[in-house]
Amino acid sequence: MIVAKRKPMAEIAEMVAPYKTVKVIGCRSCVAICLAGGEKEVKMLVSALRLKAKKEGRKQEFEGLVVERQCEKEWVEEVEGKILDSDLVLSMACSLGAQTIGDMYPKKIVFPALNTGIFGVPEEQGVWSEKCVGCGNCIIHTTGGICPIARCAKSMLNGPCGGSSNGKCEVNLEVDCAWYAIHERLKLQNRLDLIEQVSPPKDWSTSHSGGRRVYVRDDAKLTQHQKKGKEAVR
Amino acid sequence: MKTGSNLEKVFESGKFAVTAEIGPPQSANPEPLTHHAKMLKGYADAFNLTDNQTAVVRLSSIASAVIIMREGIEPVIQMTCRDRNRIALQSDLLGASALGIRNVLCLTGDHQIFGNEKASKSVFDFDSVSEISVFDKLRREGKQAGGQEIKDPPKVYLGCAENPFATPYEFRATRLAKKVAAGADFVQTQAIFDMDMFEKWMDEVRARGLDKKVHILAGVLPMKTAGAARYMKNKVPGMIVPNQIIDRMKNAKDSKEEGIKLCVEQIETLKAMKGVHGVHIMAVMWEEMVPRIVEEAGLLPRPSIE
Amino acid sequence: MSERKPKVVGFCCEKHGIDSAILAARSGRQYDASVRIIKVPCTGRVDGIHILQALEDGADSVFVLGCLEKNCHYDTGSIEGRKRVEYVKSTLADLGIEKERVEMFNASSTMAWKFPEIVSKMVDVARRLGPIGKAGGDR
Repeated sequence: MIVAKRKPMAEIAEMVAPYKTVKVIGCRSCVAICLAGGEKEVKMLVSALRLKAKKEGRKQEFEGLVVERQCEKEWVEEVEGKILDSDLVLSMACSLGAQTIGDMYPKKIVFPALNTGIFGVPEEQGVWSEKCVGCGNCIIHTTGGICPIARCAKSMLNGPCGGSSNGKCEVNLEVDCAWYAIHERLKLQNRLDLIEQVSPPKDWSTSHSGGRRVYVRDDAKLTQHQKKGKEAVR
Repeated sequence: MKTGSNLEKVFESGKFAVTAEIGPPQSANPEPLTHHAKMLKGYADAFNLTDNQTAVVRLSSIASAVIIMREGIEPVIQMTCRDRNRIALQSDLLGASALGIRNVLCLTGDHQIFGNEKASKSVFDFDSVSEISVFDKLRREGKQAGGQEIKDPPKVYLGCAENPFATPYEFRATRLAKKVAAGADFVQTQAIFDMDMFEKWMDEVRARGLDKKVHILAGVLPMKTAGAARYMKNKVPGMIVPNQIIDRMKNAKDSKEEGIKLCVEQIETLKAMKGVHGVHIMAVMWEEMVPRIVEEAGLLPRPSIE
Repeated sequence: MSERKPKVVGFCCEKHGIDSAILAARSGRQYDASVRIIKVPCTGRVDGIHILQALEDGADSVFVLGCLEKNCHYDTGSIEGRKRVEYVKSTLADLGIEKERVEMFNASSTMAWKFPEIVSKMVDVARRLGPIGKAGGDR
């Protein structure tokens, strides 16, 4: 899932200070699961911002809302009235949600309350770690199911660098060395031959390096005729 | 002969090679480089110019190489993958070759978290292995990574590094084998303190016949104090310093003298080790000791080969 | 040993698709009996998985027959159906399986000649290509 974390309170408070009517909009998808921007977090933030406004004698109105998936227009439309009513939308979704609202209502000011970080998984309660960077050409079938692009600080493709120490990464000794883990996994599976050959340079054009990516599935796309029909229904 | 560099000639002659490291300054002043070049001339076959080592901004490796070449000594430039993508790496290789630089050490590079520009964006388009394989193809076939064919390919002797003391230990000889398969002509190892462990690695290297395919420079690093030894043991990832060495440094009356003595002893051991073709002396911030170490280790005069 | 009968499955929409088949029969036109017709409410309801499942279960060829695209009972149903069929065809091609085993057709309920034409075309394909794989086909 997409893992985000709330910006520091002080930064958010400073961002919202000039605005009178603020709608704080959370999301029930990834950011709710990673405890960054779900219903509870929205309520907490609204309450905290009200206290701050009160303390500083500012007349501000905060309202908390949550949508199912803020990255999809259909769900955002459900709170359209509230958005149009606001001076500021403070999105508690990942940046995708904030940008969806911004693109739908270009006259409206939308600020992010979260820092969107990683494609990650929960390792234990309260801990999320990065496991993918969306390079657009998955190779984990050749690396024992462990991604060296995301999990190695240097995205190495040919085994661990000289800084792998007791199976930990030199960049952060709390973090496992990805290539140590790959080696151990492949040894367990009796497939070490997979990492004995020279791996050629990676083609990064499928990653963000190739420019902004748009994925299309033709069979799901609406034809002009279908789009017209949909408009008519609306 | 691939390039006719002095380092290559010494290796090919079968003589025991000596290389040393010169750290470029954190300034635009060429003077320290000229100073070291004059001081070290004749004491090693080639000199490594580090490439923003530990991700600290320094005078560039290629520029440093040209500066020391003016003093008549041969450089080995280092090229890390941390700061340059394949466009810049290949371009710099062409540039280095055009400037007459013949020895290139291919490294992945220390992560920028260790340096003085922690906020920088890392590149790591290649790792050292793919860097070697691309450079090898470029020099042999005149063909770039992207397939473009070029006229007048670079003439370079390619080196790599390997650390026998990093985990997983059992993969370390394999990793050297990959670098050799990718096209490396020589390898310099991480500084050796645990001689038993190095011997074990060399056993594996010899068993795979790698010592016949690549020239091995064993890394040595003279220490000034017991504190330095402890620091390397505890703080430098992928460095193993046995306790007896720390004790020896600690108990010595003059720890600097002891450090030199230890380094010379290590070189003596390495000279006798089958498959080791030379030493690489990393006298970090202590370059002035290199002549003494080389002399006491009986490695003078350096061969002059035509 | 008698000649193996080709197995053809046709997903026909219950509007124009089926009607064109019925009209063909009523007007006394013949078509190969080895075709199995599956009536669907609309070809927009046919998913790629239905087509693949038919092939997996032993069909040699599969067709989907819907309304004319400009006169679909559910407006855009047969357009949807065609997109699904194209997706399955490209999936098959990726796997090195003949994509002509699967086709989309459109008919209006007044085209009595169309249905026998479609069946004969798909039976030809089935005869020519036979079952998919040596072990497959006769499940």
